[in-house]
Amino acid sequence: MSVFTKIYSAPEFNKSEILRYAGTKEASEQTSELLESCLNECSGVFSYKVCFAEEKLIINGGTISMGSIKTDSKALLKNLDGCERAVIFASTVGLGIDRLIFKYSSVSPSRALMFQAIGAERIEALCDMFSAEICEKYAAEGLYITPRFSPGYGDFSVDAQKDFFGLLDCPRKIGLSLNESLIMTPTKSVTAVIGISEKAQKKSNSCEACTLDGCAYKKRK
Amino acid sequence: MDIRDYLKENILFLDGGMGTLLQEKGLKPGELPEMWNMSHSDIIRDIHKAYFDAGANVVNTNTFGANPFKFDDALLKEIIRNAVKNARAAADMSENTGEKFVALDIGPTGKMLKPYGDLDFEDAVRAFAKVVRIGEKSGVDLIFIETMNDCLETKAALLAAKENCGLPVFVSNAYGEDGKLMTGASPEAMTAMLEGMGADAIGMNCSLGPDSLAPVVERMLAVSSVPVILKPNAGLPKSVNGKTVYDVLPVDFAESVLKLIKSGVRIAGGCCGTTPEYIKALKNITAGLKPKEISYKNLSCVSSYTHTVYFGKSPVLIGERINPTGKKRFKEALKNNEINYILGEGINQQEKGVHILDVNVGLPEIDEAETLVKTVTELQAVTNLPLQIDTSDTLAMEKALRRYNGKAMVNSVNGKKESMEKIFPLIKKYGGFVVALTLDENGIPQSAEGRLAIAEKILKTAESCGIAKKDIIFDPLAMAVSADKNAAAATLEAVRLITERLGANTVLGVSNISFGLPERDAINSCFFTAALENGLSAAIMNPYSERMLASYYSFRALHGLDENFTDYINFMQSTAEKKPDGSAEKTELTLCRAIEKGFKEDAGSITKELLKSEEPLDIVNTHIIPALDTVGKGFEEKRIYLPQLLMSAEAAQSAFGVIKEKMSSDGGKVKCDFVIATVHGDIHDIGKNIVKLLLENYGFNVTDLGKDVPPEVIEKKVIELHAPLVGLSALMTTTVPAMEKTIKLLKKSAPWCKTAVGGAVLTKEYASSIGADFYGRDAMETVRYAEKINACLEERNYDKFTR
Repeated sequence: MSVFTKIYSAPEFNKSEILRYAGTKEASEQTSELLESCLNECSGVFSYKVCFAEEKLIINGGTISMGSIKTDSKALLKNLDGCERAVIFASTVGLGIDRLIFKYSSVSPSRALMFQAIGAERIEALCDMFSAEICEKYAAEGLYITPRFSPGYGDFSVDAQKDFFGLLDCPRKIGLSLNESLIMTPTKSVTAVIGISEKAQKKSNSCEACTLDGCAYKKRK
Repeated sequence: MDIRDYLKENILFLDGGMGTLLQEKGLKPGELPEMWNMSHSDIIRDIHKAYFDAGANVVNTNTFGANPFKFDDALLKEIIRNAVKNARAAADMSENTGEKFVALDIGPTGKMLKPYGDLDFEDAVRAFAKVVRIGEKSGVDLIFIETMNDCLETKAALLAAKENCGLPVFVSNAYGEDGKLMTGASPEAMTAMLEGMGADAIGMNCSLGPDSLAPVVERMLAVSSVPVILKPNAGLPKSVNGKTVYDVLPVDFAESVLKLIKSGVRIAGGCCGTTPEYIKALKNITAGLKPKEISYKNLSCVSSYTHTVYFGKSPVLIGERINPTGKKRFKEALKNNEINYILGEGINQQEKGVHILDVNVGLPEIDEAETLVKTVTELQAVTNLPLQIDTSDTLAMEKALRRYNGKAMVNSVNGKKESMEKIFPLIKKYGGFVVALTLDENGIPQSAEGRLAIAEKILKTAESCGIAKKDIIFDPLAMAVSADKNAAAATLEAVRLITERLGANTVLGVSNISFGLPERDAINSCFFTAALENGLSAAIMNPYSERMLASYYSFRALHGLDENFTDYINFMQSTAEKKPDGSAEKTELTLCRAIEKGFKEDAGSITKELLKSEEPLDIVNTHIIPALDTVGKGFEEKRIYLPQLLMSAEAAQSAFGVIKEKMSSDGGKVKCDFVIATVHGDIHDIGKNIVKLLLENYGFNVTDLGKDVPPEVIEKKVIELHAPLVGLSALMTTTVPAMEKTIKLLKKSAPWCKTAVGGAVLTKEYASSIGADFYGRDAMETVRYAEKINACLEERNYDKFTR
C-alpha cells in the first residue's frame, strides 16, 4: 500500500470554536479584539497537510492489525466494529503556529492562549475537511465511515504513535516528527484511524467516539 | 578522481529513487529499507547497477535512515559497510565507462531539534558524526546530505561531516510548494548558511516535480557561487486502479530538468518515483551539452532560519538594545536570569522595523558563554531576525556561532594580530559576516587614512585565511564628538574611503557619536544621515528613537530606494496614529480600570504619571491589588473568562514593571519563593506561564525552570532556595509519571516543600494518587493555595522557616 500526501487550502475559521478552546463562553469586547488581532497576525502561517494510507483491517481475537499498526485497544475495536478496511492518516497545520505560541508564551500569555486556541481549531477543521472527503469518496461506493479515532482516545495507547509514524513516513511526507515522549512536532497535528464499513454509523463526531472522562473540551450537543 | 575536479568540466549525473523500487520488490510499509543492505544485498546492488548503467556518475548508498536513533552501533556499522559494499560492487559491475562515485547518503533523523522538538543540537551533530566516520572508513567518495527539511538539522549534519572527514560534502534540502523548507528557510537563506560553512555543492531534492521546483532552482542559481544540485520527484503519486503512479513521465521529466541544466544546474538526478529510465532519458537529452559556468556572486549577507539580509543595497538597521552597557534594568535582568525581559527587547525592536538584532550579554558577574548561547537560542525561538553575536570572549563567540541557526553577523575582529588569529578561523569554520574594527596594537588612528590602512591590513589577512571581502564589514569607529570636535569628520571620511577605495561594506555604532551631549537623538540622526551619504551600509542604532527611524526612511525615499514612498508613508502614518489602546475613554481612565480592561500600555503610562505624586507601594496597594482582586473574583465567579483574566494580568505586570524600574533593588515586600516547571518530557508550557504570571502579580517570588525539566533540576533548585512551594505542570498522560517521580524525589529530599500540580490530564483524585499536596483546577486556585501557605509561613516567621 502506498502513502499519499495532500495539501489543502485553508478551511473557514470558526470563531466561536476558537473562543471555546480559549476557555471563553462570552467574549468581552477586549477578548474579541484580542481574537481579531491574533487572527490578523497568523494569516499565512498555516500549511494544511495530510498523509494517509488505506489498510486492510485484520482482527484476531482482541488484536487489531492495520498494516504495521497493531493494538489491543477495546475502544478502537468497538469503534471499528464491522469494518474491513481503514484509512490511517496524519495531519498537521505546520510549525508556524508553534512559533507564534512560543513567541508569546514568554511575553504575552493571553496571546499565546489565543494562538493555542486558533491552532486547535485549525487542526480540527483540517481533520473535518479530510474526513468529509473520505466520507464522500467511500459513499460513492456505497460505504460508510466511522468517526476518526486517535491514539490517546480511551485505551488506545499513545505508544501506537510509533507505528503510525513507521507506516506513514510522516517526517518526509508532511514534516511531522515524533519525540521521545511521543509528542508530535508541530504540536498542532493529529494522527487517527477512520474505519470503512458497509453499515451506516451512529456516532457522528470523534468526541462521541472518545471515552475519556471529564475532558474540558468535549463538544456538547 | 576527486568529484570536485570532475565537476569543474562536467555536468554530474546522480541516481534516482530507491524507496519506490524497493516497494515494488516487496518492501512493506513500516519495514526498514536499510536492513535490505544485508537481507537483499543482490536487489540493492542491482538497483545501484541499473542507475550506473543508465548513466549516473554517482549513486547514493541505501542509508537514508541509517542513524543511531534507529539502529544500535553494531547494526549501524554493519548497515553502512554493507551499503557501501553493494554500491561499490555495482560500480565495478556496471558497463558504464564514465566516472563513477559512491556517495554516503545521509537523510534527516526524523526528529525535530530543540526548541520545537526534543533533539539537542550537539546530540544531532554526534549522531551524524558517527554515520560520517563509519562511511569514510567504508570507503565512500563523498558525503551526500539530502532531503533535509530543517535549517538547523542541516547545519548539524554539515558540521558533523566537516569535523569528521575530509571528503567532499553535498547538501540538498526539501523545499515545499511555498518555496521554503518545512521550518521556513528560503533558498537564499540556505545558500548563505551552507556556502558559508563550506559545502561543496548545494541544492534541492524530493517533495515536488521538476517544474514545480523550477522557481526554487532559479532563485538558488541567482545567489549560489557553488554548483547547484537538482534531484526532483517524478511529480506527485496518484492511485490508479489500486496502483501507485507518479504523474511525470521520463521524457517530460528529462525535458524539464534539461531546461534547468541550461539555466545553470550542474548536478542532476531524481528522487521519489524516478527510476533508471528517468536517468537514462535525462542522460540522452543532455548528450553533448556543455555545462554552464558558475559565476562568483559576491553577495554580502547574513541569514536566519527563514531569510537573508543583504548588505550594500539599502541601508541595514541593527538594533542595539540587547546590551547591558549603561542599562541598569538590563543588567539586573541578566543577573537574575530574566530571559523574558531580554526576549521582549528582541520582539519590541523587531516591531520597530530593525533588520538584525545585536546580542551582547557581557557582564563580569555572569558566565558569558552560557548566557550568550542561551540568549541566542531563545531569541531564535521568538524572532526570525538574523542576529549579530557581539562579544569579546572568543569562547562565547564560538559556542554561539555553533548553535546559531543560519549565517550570523559577528562583532568583532580588529587589526590586532591576536584578534585576527583567533576570530578568522571561527568565521571560516562556521560561516559568518564579521565586523572588523579599524584599530590595532597602536590604537585607533585619528586620521581617516590611518583607519583605511588598518582596513587594508585586515582584508589581506582575511583573504589569506580564506575569508572573502564580501564577508567582512568595516567599522571605522564613531567616537564622542564632545571629546574631539574633529571625531565625526574623521569617521565620515573613513566610511567614504573604505567604501570607495576598498569597495567594502561599512557599519557604525552611531549612538557613540553623541556621548556626553544633551538630546542625543538630534546629533545621532544627523550623523547617521551624513554617514549614509558617505556610503555607510549598516548602522547599529536605537530603534526606539523616532528621529533615527525618520532619518532612515527619509534617506531611502530620497535615494530612490523606496518604491512609491510606501515605507516612508507607512512609517509616518504609524507614528502619527500612535495612540494608547483605551484612547476613547482615556480622560477618565484610572489604573484600576486599565488593569480590569487589560490595557497593557495604558496601565504602564498611568503608573508612570501616578509615580509623580504617589509612593510606589501605595500604588500597588490602593490601585493594582484591588483591580487584580476584582478580576480574580470575576474569574472565580465565572463572570470573566481566561483570556480576559490574562489580559488584565499582563496590564498589571506592565504597571509592576514601571514600579520596579523606579524602586531600589530591594523592591519592597515579597511573598515566599515558588518554584515552577513543566515536567520532564513535556514541552507544553502555556498553562505554566499563566500560573507564573498570576503568581507574580500577587507578589510571589517565582523561579521559572522552564519546560521539559528533569526531576533532579527541580530538586536542586527547591533545596537551594529552601522553597516552600513548587508548582508542576503536565499536559500529557505520558508525562504524568515524570510528575510523580519529581514529587517522590521532593518528598524525600525537601520534605518541607508543598507540591501543587495542574494540567489538562489531571484530576483531583489523580493528583492525590501521585502524592501531590494540591491540585489546581485553574491558575486562580493555585494562587489562592499559595496565598494560604504564605500566610501560614508569615505567622510562623518566614525567616526562621527558610534559613
